[in-house]
Amino acid sequence: MLNRRAQIRSAPDPSDPHPPIPPAAPAAPAAAPQRDLRLDLFRGIALWLIFLDHIPSNVVSWATIRNFGFSDAAEIFIFISGYTAAFVYGRAMRERGFIIAGARILKRAWQIYVAHMFLFVIYMAEIAYVSSSFENPLYHEEMGIFDFLKQPDVTLIQALLLKFKPVNMDVLPLYIVLLLGFPPALWLLLRQPTLALVSSAVLYALTWHFGWNLPAYPSGSWWFNPFAWQLLFVLGAWCALGGAERIGRFIRSPVVVGLAIVYLLFAFFIVMTWQFSALAAFVPRWLSDAMYPIDKINLDVLRIAHFLALAAITIRFIPRDWPGLQSAWLRPAILCGQHSLEIFCLGIFLSFAGHFVFNELSDAVVVQVLVSALGIALMWAAAALISWYKKIEGRSPGSRSKPPDADLAGGEA
Amino acid sequence: MRTLCVATLFVLACMGAALAAESPDCAVAAHLVNAEYRLPRVAAAIAQAHNLDIVVIGAGSSTLIGPGGADLAYPARLQQILSKRLPDVKTKVVTNVKSRRSAAEMAETFEKILMEEKPALIIWQSGTVDAITGVDPEDYRATLDEGVETLHAGGADVVLMNQQYSPRTESMIAIQAYADNMRLVSQQREVPLLDRLAIMKHWSELGTFDLYAATRKVEMAARIHDCIAQLLADLIHDGVKLARAQPKAGQ
Repeated sequence: MLNRRAQIRSAPDPSDPHPPIPPAAPAAPAAAPQRDLRLDLFRGIALWLIFLDHIPSNVVSWATIRNFGFSDAAEIFIFISGYTAAFVYGRAMRERGFIIAGARILKRAWQIYVAHMFLFVIYMAEIAYVSSSFENPLYHEEMGIFDFLKQPDVTLIQALLLKFKPVNMDVLPLYIVLLLGFPPALWLLLRQPTLALVSSAVLYALTWHFGWNLPAYPSGSWWFNPFAWQLLFVLGAWCALGGAERIGRFIRSPVVVGLAIVYLLFAFFIVMTWQFSALAAFVPRWLSDAMYPIDKINLDVLRIAHFLALAAITIRFIPRDWPGLQSAWLRPAILCGQHSLEIFCLGIFLSFAGHFVFNELSDAVVVQVLVSALGIALMWAAAALISWYKKIEGRSPGSRSKPPDADLAGGEA
Repeated sequence: MRTLCVATLFVLACMGAALAAESPDCAVAAHLVNAEYRLPRVAAAIAQAHNLDIVVIGAGSSTLIGPGGADLAYPARLQQILSKRLPDVKTKVVTNVKSRRSAAEMAETFEKILMEEKPALIIWQSGTVDAITGVDPEDYRATLDEGVETLHAGGADVVLMNQQYSPRTESMIAIQAYADNMRLVSQQREVPLLDRLAIMKHWSELGTFDLYAATRKVEMAARIHDCIAQLLADLIHDGVKLARAQPKAGQ
């Protein structure tokens, strides 16, 4: 869907909306003009927003989109991840068959699992440190969080089973489950795209009706319900595999764009009533009864609609060949978006580290701004470093025959 | 280092000030205490019976551990403050407080408490334990919603109280979803909410209290509980005033 506008504006090659990317092409944005840099750009921005939002009580996070509407960076991230996964593995499945493509998808899921466990170790180190260094009779109740350290056997096993997931570490497990279910979904998307999308919507509806979710430890269920969030992932995949062309005219129509703007303004007003309680009086009772709670766990319809409205506006006003995409200013975000798994993990680590700085040094506003800026700079530097590694590895003899790795099409995670 | 210095300063400062009179420090957060909803049963108990029975139902953050801790915690302080503010009303604050208790576990005790104590007001503190154990936020909301209904049906007004602001554990306990759900129940059921989370965050930002401080001493905790008790008394006072001004609205 995100490249919808581009195909209309530039429309140079209607025969092949996704020309294959030469395996030798390095990940540098400028070197591969045929790839849709908007995907990298918005995923990079989503990664930054996730980092900012994950630092507790960070003033800079007031500027992130979750404070201006119903949806947040998670929707952008999952949608684009579905889009790129279909883009990369769809081609693999067409060219090399179900088994090979499915195996590669599962390999990617394994990589993400390992990355998640790495983050888990960092989290355990953090709570172990705080539990041994912090004491205050005021927080007797909060100290219950350290009980997990008293039963390392249970905690570690539950974490390995993806049932125990610390705060802010729910996105990668969601992504793992989405990829595990992706081979058959992709198979169907390539043959019967409409049926695949309808099936996904039916699963979403049944999930809401029956309250399906995966269990969590020590109680409750997953914070990102995979049976609900799969809808956005499959929608992204559907768009990548030609769905975007089919609905392009509709998405660009003035009526849809107008409705999207009206809905975004409505969401903005509602969110403002959360900040300024005086405004809440203008929300009629029937409306608040109908709207609330806006369920993030099960991907509320209001959130999907908000994301789709944002996407429609984006497609309308930022064409695929928008010159800004080549500018140096957007390059850091694009680079980060191209190495999303690594940069996502780094962002989670940096959000822990940022909170640590607040605890140990200062949580003054200026420190919060500095920590936020420094974190984004580090994410950029790491992305540049990874690009450089890919480049030198790409030049080594024998590597050209390798299948294009997922990052070439905009990364995976 | 910083925390150590601040803790020491606090200990010195607190020795004289603690528990002496109503502390002006607490008042900086007074604008965060809005009684938008009425407390008609409390108003009736004061006006007709000159008798106010309150039960505090909560978990670990409704008490202080250690010898004499319970006397320094907000329920005991609330009784003293209310007795002073309402000299001709016989005020009694009973606690039903146990560590590591989820909202659902507390709700199981409601029928018994209503029968035994027949309180005009229940102060229901919850949320931290539910967040630590990862109770489904939707289940949490349903528990609060049904709990408030039970308490109202049993003849008690309700004040909800959310979590403490705990900056050190903020990245480990995801409390926001639970706090949001409590606010929602407060609005839908029209029961006052003491937004302890916002109040303590405001104190932390202003430097009224250093909530990062690592200490074994109970002084700062006692002052905070004292402030919470004062704000709670303000909230009850406002709810009663509102009930007198609009006696017919609602129940």
